Amino acid sequence: MITPSGNRVYGMAAEYPSASSLYEAAKQVRDAGYKRWDVHSPFPIHGMDAAMGLGKSWLSAVVLVGGITGLLTACVLEFGPSSFLYPLIVHGKPTNFWTVPAFFPIMFELTILFSAFAAFFAWQAMDFLPRWNHPMFNWDRFKRVTNDGFFLVLEARDPRFGENEARELLERTGGQHITVVHEEP
Amino acid sequence: MDSAPTAPDVIAGEASASAAPSVARVPLVLNQRNFDWVTNRISGAVENATPRWWWVAFAISSITAVIGLFCLGYLISTGVGTWGVNIPVGWAWGITNFVFWIGIGHAGTLISAILFLLRQKWRTSINRSAEAMTLFAVICAGIFPAVHVGRVWMAWFLAPVPMQYGAWPNFRSPLLWDVFAVSTYFTVSVLFWYTGLVPDLGTLRDRATSKAKKFFYGIFALGWRGSNRHWRHYEMAYLLLAGLATPLVLSVHSVVSFDFAVSIIPTWHTTIFPPYFVAGAIFGGFAMVLTLMIPARAIYKLQDIITPQHIDKMAKVILLTGSIVAYSYMMEFFISWYSGNQYERFASYNRIFGPYWWYWWVGMLFCNCLSPQLFWFKWCRYNIFVVYFVCMCVNAGMWFERFIIIVGGLHRDFLPSSWGLFHPSWVDIWTFVGTFGIFLSLFLLFIRFLPMIAMSEVKTVLPEADPHHALPGGHHPVAAAKEERT
Repeated sequence: MITPSGNRVYGMAAEYPSASSLYEAAKQVRDAGYKRWDVHSPFPIHGMDAAMGLGKSWLSAVVLVGGITGLLTACVLEFGPSSFLYPLIVHGKPTNFWTVPAFFPIMFELTILFSAFAAFFAWQAMDFLPRWNHPMFNWDRFKRVTNDGFFLVLEARDPRFGENEARELLERTGGQHITVVHEEP
Repeated sequence: MDSAPTAPDVIAGEASASAAPSVARVPLVLNQRNFDWVTNRISGAVENATPRWWWVAFAISSITAVIGLFCLGYLISTGVGTWGVNIPVGWAWGITNFVFWIGIGHAGTLISAILFLLRQKWRTSINRSAEAMTLFAVICAGIFPAVHVGRVWMAWFLAPVPMQYGAWPNFRSPLLWDVFAVSTYFTVSVLFWYTGLVPDLGTLRDRATSKAKKFFYGIFALGWRGSNRHWRHYEMAYLLLAGLATPLVLSVHSVVSFDFAVSIIPTWHTTIFPPYFVAGAIFGGFAMVLTLMIPARAIYKLQDIITPQHIDKMAKVILLTGSIVAYSYMMEFFISWYSGNQYERFASYNRIFGPYWWYWWVGMLFCNCLSPQLFWFKWCRYNIFVVYFVCMCVNAGMWFERFIIIVGGLHRDFLPSSWGLFHPSWVDIWTFVGTFGIFLSLFLLFIRFLPMIAMSEVKTVLPEADPHHALPGGHHPVAAAKEERT
């Protein structure tokens, strides 16, 4: 969608006075059948995922893969040198397979290390961060989102999006300061 | 000094509008503050002009840090002979300081991770600064094992990399476990801390008045815009990092204790060490958190966020872990008697009546075992001066404890002819003092440039953050807060 002045439209946004009003609005937008929309709040609102119709995050699956990678890395790192490359005999102690509990601490640490990196980078990848510019930042009032502002935006790329319908839906759900947000500042 | 608002007091002040509820909880943020107040108060500490006390404190701590760095340079360029270590006491202040600092770090992870998993909402007021404290304490801790090896340029031998003689590090050695544990701990702590910081960096970016601030906070905020599609993955990542950090923090001090427990020195060679060290770490760390937070909350007027209730809860953790530590001390004595081993028995006797007797009587008995018992009394937990006194005792006591464990085990060798005492050199002393300078300098920089309290997390514990929070008569937080508690 393009405005008469030639600016591409990102979406229609509204501000809500509180977390609870945003929560109620989200449920109505979900039930209206919108798919490309989002809410913005200064803190995670409990139950908002369900109110938006979103399921559980699958980030945990990535972390599981990270953890398994870490464990396997530790196995290769420890068994490789200690069993094959350079078996080290210290104080005449045995080096056979039954000494494997001595390898557990490093296996554990690397499992944690790789899982943590997986969680950290998967979060950013799944949220498409870092992304330093975004159409929402073009709206002055949106600065309050990291303080005490609660926002809901219907994106223009949603098939149900129409300027009048979107405005009407936001008004009906109690949105204030309803604004068209442009792609370019 | 703070008065102690107890549950009945707070309710009595508000009872005019509504009937007194049967079960009352003191709110985590006092005086019905709203979101905007939280943002302004916490960001204000970063945005306002640098106060004069900060410059004075930073000058003192950074000069101390420079003295410490000079001592490290002198140690590295001259050799470990500049320390007082010798046979039989081959490990002394260096390793004592290492265990001391790494233990302090553990409280930060306990607050940020374990209390998060236990859904202890009061952690939100203190987790950011406690995590920062963790990082800075681990930095101080990491210095000592690195320099105590003598030839620091050989420290890379610890890394499992192929080298020209084909030899590899001994993966069965607790000292190598320690390298992995501490480096993993530091890395995961940084990731966890930074993940929690991102939404708050977004706040500082949006409030920035100068272009430079907007640029730097903006870069590190990663373009955070509070989207719920982002919060969804963010919260999962945060939960998993907490779940990973929890066993990690327990493992790190267990591995540190293995450095001792796996040896055959009397009083080191015990199976009680891993839980005993972990409890001691949390004990000492909470004392350091309070040492830093009690002045910070007074200076930055954060009493509504870090309330007497928070201090009370931290004091209870100190009481619990201090009692576990005291039990462990008793159990050590019991086992050394029960073992029938003459070296163990002698080492225990020597701990109380030997040349280091006063370290035990003052450090372990008075500071660690007796002083936290004051926290059985509510009056003590709500009296800032008593709390601060106990925290100072614990800070000192935990250092003495590590010294007694390390030097106490070594100075009376199996052969009386090789007995000897430890005498610290000036390099020993100033290196240790210098790490306090490094620690405090980093902490001062932290409270100057980053939000010391997790704003986005504190906001979630306000009553208005509840999506089912009814707002009678429009948006009126005071009325709403009263409504919430009835």
